[in-house]
Amino acid sequence: MEVDKKEEIASESSEEQVVNPWEVSAKDGGKIDYDKLIDQFGCQRLDESLIDRVERLTSRQPHVFLRRGVFFAHRDFDLVLDAYERGDKFYLYTGRGPSSEALHLGHLIPFMFTKYLQEAFKVPLVIQLTDDEKCMWKNLSVEESQRLARENAKDIIACGFDVTKTFIFSDFDYVGGAFYKNMVKVAKCVTLNKAMGIFGFSGEDHIGKLSFPPVQAVPSFPSSFPHLFPGKDKLRCLIPCAIDQDPYFRMTRDVAPRLGYSKPALIESTFFPALQAKNGKMSASDPNSAIYVTDTAKDIKNKINRYAFSGGQDSIEKHREIGANLEVDIPVKYLSFFLEDDAELEHIKKEYGEGRMLTGEVKKRLTEVLTEMVERHRMARAAVTDEMVDAFMAVRPLPNMFE
Amino acid sequence: MYSSLIDPNLLIAKDSQALLVNGYRKPNLKTSNDPIRRINNTKPTLFIFSAPAPCSPKFFDNDLMGFSKDQLLSQLQELEIDYSKYEHPPVLTVEEQAKYVSSSEGALSKNLFFKDKKHRYYIISAMVDTKVDMKVLSQRLGLGKGGIRMAPEEALAELLQVSLGCVTPFAVVNESARDVSLLLDQKFKNQTRCIFHPLSNNVSISLSTSGLDKFLQSVGRDPVYVDLEANANPVVGKDQPPDLAVYVPSNSVVIPELPNNTPSAQASPPKNVSAEKTKPVASPKPSKSPGNVKSVVQNSGLSVFKNPEKFVEEILDKTSELLFSEVKGENVEALAETLRKRLTSEFTHLAVMYKNTAYSEGFYAGTQCQPKRP
Repeated sequence: MEVDKKEEIASESSEEQVVNPWEVSAKDGGKIDYDKLIDQFGCQRLDESLIDRVERLTSRQPHVFLRRGVFFAHRDFDLVLDAYERGDKFYLYTGRGPSSEALHLGHLIPFMFTKYLQEAFKVPLVIQLTDDEKCMWKNLSVEESQRLARENAKDIIACGFDVTKTFIFSDFDYVGGAFYKNMVKVAKCVTLNKAMGIFGFSGEDHIGKLSFPPVQAVPSFPSSFPHLFPGKDKLRCLIPCAIDQDPYFRMTRDVAPRLGYSKPALIESTFFPALQAKNGKMSASDPNSAIYVTDTAKDIKNKINRYAFSGGQDSIEKHREIGANLEVDIPVKYLSFFLEDDAELEHIKKEYGEGRMLTGEVKKRLTEVLTEMVERHRMARAAVTDEMVDAFMAVRPLPNMFE
Repeated sequence: MYSSLIDPNLLIAKDSQALLVNGYRKPNLKTSNDPIRRINNTKPTLFIFSAPAPCSPKFFDNDLMGFSKDQLLSQLQELEIDYSKYEHPPVLTVEEQAKYVSSSEGALSKNLFFKDKKHRYYIISAMVDTKVDMKVLSQRLGLGKGGIRMAPEEALAELLQVSLGCVTPFAVVNESARDVSLLLDQKFKNQTRCIFHPLSNNVSISLSTSGLDKFLQSVGRDPVYVDLEANANPVVGKDQPPDLAVYVPSNSVVIPELPNNTPSAQASPPKNVSAEKTKPVASPKPSKSPGNVKSVVQNSGLSVFKNPEKFVEEILDKTSELLFSEVKGENVEALAETLRKRLTSEFTHLAVMYKNTAYSEGFYAGTQCQPKRP
């Protein structure tokens, strides 16, 4: 589902930022303007009151990504919460486009958040591995894309999903039956012109690409999974994803009422910045732009120290005088994603911003936090066997999915 | 489904399981069969309670509020209990309350709401300077050291129907609190008046202990006064049974985790499960909606092994218990809390992986399994 940015494509106008499933770049190489994005896309901000509501409904502290505004926009999340309060459950849907074996921290973010949602709301989850998409767009062989899908599934499972509430599927394996019937229904509702408008297809693109969008749309409909949700056609769906996926789901939301289905709700995240900060988001093709889940503690330390873009001043004297530029500082940004303790983060921001703390200290703390995370992930990943992947991907009912 | 209303003043139920006086049900400290439900006495009413028919009586549409402070105060007046009322901004702590209500009006109280591992709940209402040692209390109740903890916020709302900072002996007027044990500080008896919140933390009332007793008796409670500082080093053994064990409720309370309560709880077995080994009885319903066969009734023993979070809670409970018993000192509770906070997420992650591994092995075994020979 997630497509890497094509760096060779120059954005048509550097006056405008570009955000779509295949390209993300800021205006004039600056920062992404998320407010503008919300306006442009027509989604809504996730405000404090919604976060408080989540806290109340789940009786636990909201996830760090909510508290820090990583997941910042939504469509109909408030309706999902209304229904939940009334006792109407929902299910989660997220996915990954398995284009490479190398997963970096930015890839893990939607999964970490989805895991929290699964635990907090006690709801089931379907995870789509779009191996067909990668086969088409990245020109991989069918076998290779299927292999990558399984490998990525292991990393996903290592994020800590509960097998009794999670169904992972690859398109090559699962498309057919009820799922395919929904795909055809969706496809009938979207004209060629519309698809070209939303996704930027042209006469040069092969027809495989054109027919792909319904594949990503239909997991939003419970009837696509008759083994999971038999008779529950009105079950709502919540989709945590990065905001560049919005176009797919705008199309889905447009089509849903015409098919008699509920519109899926969305909860969207910002992009995880690259280490060197220049690019719009992390790219799997540049190893120094990202921290990978396979990096050793030494690699992490090196990457942070050498490549993480610092907002500190050139000299210590100047730094102590002016303080760091928190707007562009990457280590602080990363800490705001991954440092759980709100008080500690505030302290660091204050001390660093006013010049009393030096870049080295901030980077050191970041290295600690990331190393712990990557280590934990690695351990969990090592415990994922092929049998476990088979179990997660087996087409089976999930009897206790709402408990 | 609920029984018809009969005599407004006094009703005796069939097997004398409930005695109604002025419309309040006497809390039944013997084992009862009915499932936990929220009955809200927004207006005093009456019913015959017959034990063997579990029902989910919803007498009132308004399921959201428990007994209100105004109803409580009017009840006090009706009982001719003398009290003084003080209104102030909402207060969450005793220190704050002390700013608005001076000690000349009466003795302030601190009110604690505890829970033990078998989901039984306790209100301890004490003088502010009485030392309430949770470890000692736990032993005196016969729960071992570290057997009680502060109850979670949901329990406050569900059982006592009050908000944060508002725990009070008066909360037992609510039906939902009928299995909550109430222990009052012996030292209250030496005071002319004591101060409590009347179900709302923007009001305080002062009244004498005899007034409090009269009220408690009117809702069918025997007031229990305990010397909370006595027996500070309890030795619990064969010849010295825990001295407060008699005040442990006989019923545990399962607070439903979900905002909704399945109305189909009618035919399902009672939620008051103390034994951990009983299997949940599947209720035979004519139309089984798939994915919904298990009712909200979750046997507490079974869910510890199904749910990674509950599993981890159990581990940390036992760890805390051991810690309390081995380590002396005042900071043990704080240490236990820190341990709990820091380790819960780590352990839950491990537990999920363990669960996934076990499931996968079983799943694989299932695929290799030979069909039973005919």
